[in-house]
Amino acid sequence: MFHTSFKKILFFSLTGLLVSTPSVALTLEELAKRLDKLEQQNTFLLQENKNLKEMVGLTNEKAETAIAASEALADSTHGIQKLANWADKTTLGGYGELHYNNLSGKGAAADKDQVDFHRFVLFFGHEFTDSIRFFSELELEHSLSGDGKNGEVELEQAYIDFDLNDQHTARAGLFLLPVGIINETHEPPTFYGTERNPIEKNIIPATWWAAGTGLHGELGAGFSYAAYIHSGLSVDSGFNIRSGRQKVSKAEANDLAATARLKYTGVAGLELSVSAQHQEDMGQGLVPGLESGHLIETHAIWSTGPFTLKALYAAWDINGSAIEAVGADKQRGFYLEPSYRVSEKFGVFARFNQWDNKAGSNSGAAANSEKEQWDIGINYWPHEDVVIKADYQYQSNDDNNEQNGLNIGLGYQF
Amino acid sequence: MQTVYAKGIYQTPQAFLEENFNGHTFTQKTIWLNKENKQAISGILQHQPQFIRVKYWSLGTKSAWILDEIGKEKAITVGIIIDQLSIQKLKVLTFRESRGWEVKHDFFTHQFSGLKLNDQQQLSETVNGISGATLSVRALKKMARVALYLNNHRGQ
Repeated sequence: MFHTSFKKILFFSLTGLLVSTPSVALTLEELAKRLDKLEQQNTFLLQENKNLKEMVGLTNEKAETAIAASEALADSTHGIQKLANWADKTTLGGYGELHYNNLSGKGAAADKDQVDFHRFVLFFGHEFTDSIRFFSELELEHSLSGDGKNGEVELEQAYIDFDLNDQHTARAGLFLLPVGIINETHEPPTFYGTERNPIEKNIIPATWWAAGTGLHGELGAGFSYAAYIHSGLSVDSGFNIRSGRQKVSKAEANDLAATARLKYTGVAGLELSVSAQHQEDMGQGLVPGLESGHLIETHAIWSTGPFTLKALYAAWDINGSAIEAVGADKQRGFYLEPSYRVSEKFGVFARFNQWDNKAGSNSGAAANSEKEQWDIGINYWPHEDVVIKADYQYQSNDDNNEQNGLNIGLGYQF
Repeated sequence: MQTVYAKGIYQTPQAFLEENFNGHTFTQKTIWLNKENKQAISGILQHQPQFIRVKYWSLGTKSAWILDEIGKEKAITVGIIIDQLSIQKLKVLTFRESRGWEVKHDFFTHQFSGLKLNDQQQLSETVNGISGATLSVRALKKMARVALYLNNHRGQ
């Protein structure tokens, strides 16, 4: 009884609720209105979508233009040296090396315990046109120059190259002579050993420059050449080749010299080179008993994988009674340098050097003139243009005057 | 894109592309440098890249890249063809440095053929250098590595 009455009450209540709900009571007119509204909204959204697409297209175009402009700007302002049109044609570079030597002297040789900013060099170059270029190298040696100071300010290069065509270039001015391995390329990160090798210091007097003119270029098939007429050495009665460099400083120019080089680099990893120089009077007519002389230099560089082997031989043959009397008419030396690049940052090397500046005689002061030096060490490149070097040198000279010990160096180029 | 020959230009990029795609139609695409790519490329170049995107051309499994890098003073332009993951060909298109010209010769650039990037992002084989052309050799090796790196990341 109770259940029947309850069901009735529930039925009527629900029916009343449903009848009174407005959604159920929608008329056709109302539905049409709602559809109209939806259609309007849809048209609006379509238009908005179209506008947005157009705007995206426009934004893309703007972005493209902005990128092209920024890339053009980046191209035109690459590096500080390119900030202005003039500067765009002008280049600046340099290198430097700081040395610490801790050598103990044996025999008559002195101890060497010093820190030296050996070289601070700035390069300036300027391109006048596509085919006429200027290049210069200004060097401060030993950090301080002036009366009674250790160092020198030196203009080592200042020349103009005139391209004759794609293969041949004429050069005039003050330039490095095409002899040996380090004379023309001596930025510290490019070679092993804190100090430069003794052969290219004492036989080839690197860094060796002169004023003159000549040609350099390619011959095809991997061959290249350089040939110059230039100011010569002015060797004095001590017959020391290195001291004979005049550095183009009001240089005696009674006798010019000629230097030529032929180089082969037609196989990757290989360089073969031979240079010859002739000078009609090595003393510029100022030294009795000193006449003509010539230098022959040849070297090979062979790199394969991490191994590199460098070998260089240089020899002077000089005429004259006075120079022959002291045995300095023949001066020669060679070195062999194997090296191994352990990784991008580390390399190890060993070098055996032998030289004799009085090889023409075995008597008197020339009796014990042969010198030998072993170098063994490492290069560490924290950056490809920065190098830290450490090496040990051991000399074995016939005169027993030797300097043995440690060299440490810091070098850079930019 | 260069279309005319001037001093130091050995091949225009257009001619390089046409030669290496044998006249087929190739598609130009662009790869944008994100933070990760930029960092990796800075590591290869040892300086910040001068570009924020790189255009390249592709056809099938091959892609072509035209890149610039300064040797000592002047930009060297190379064209690099990569097939799948390794270099098929590297050619110097423009060289205007006064030293290091040996790098433009085939005996040197042939060494790049077949090279890939190893896990350390280095070239898979040693490229023997040329003494006296250290900076030009270095620039070419960097461009080869950048092209291989970007090629490895172009699908991402």
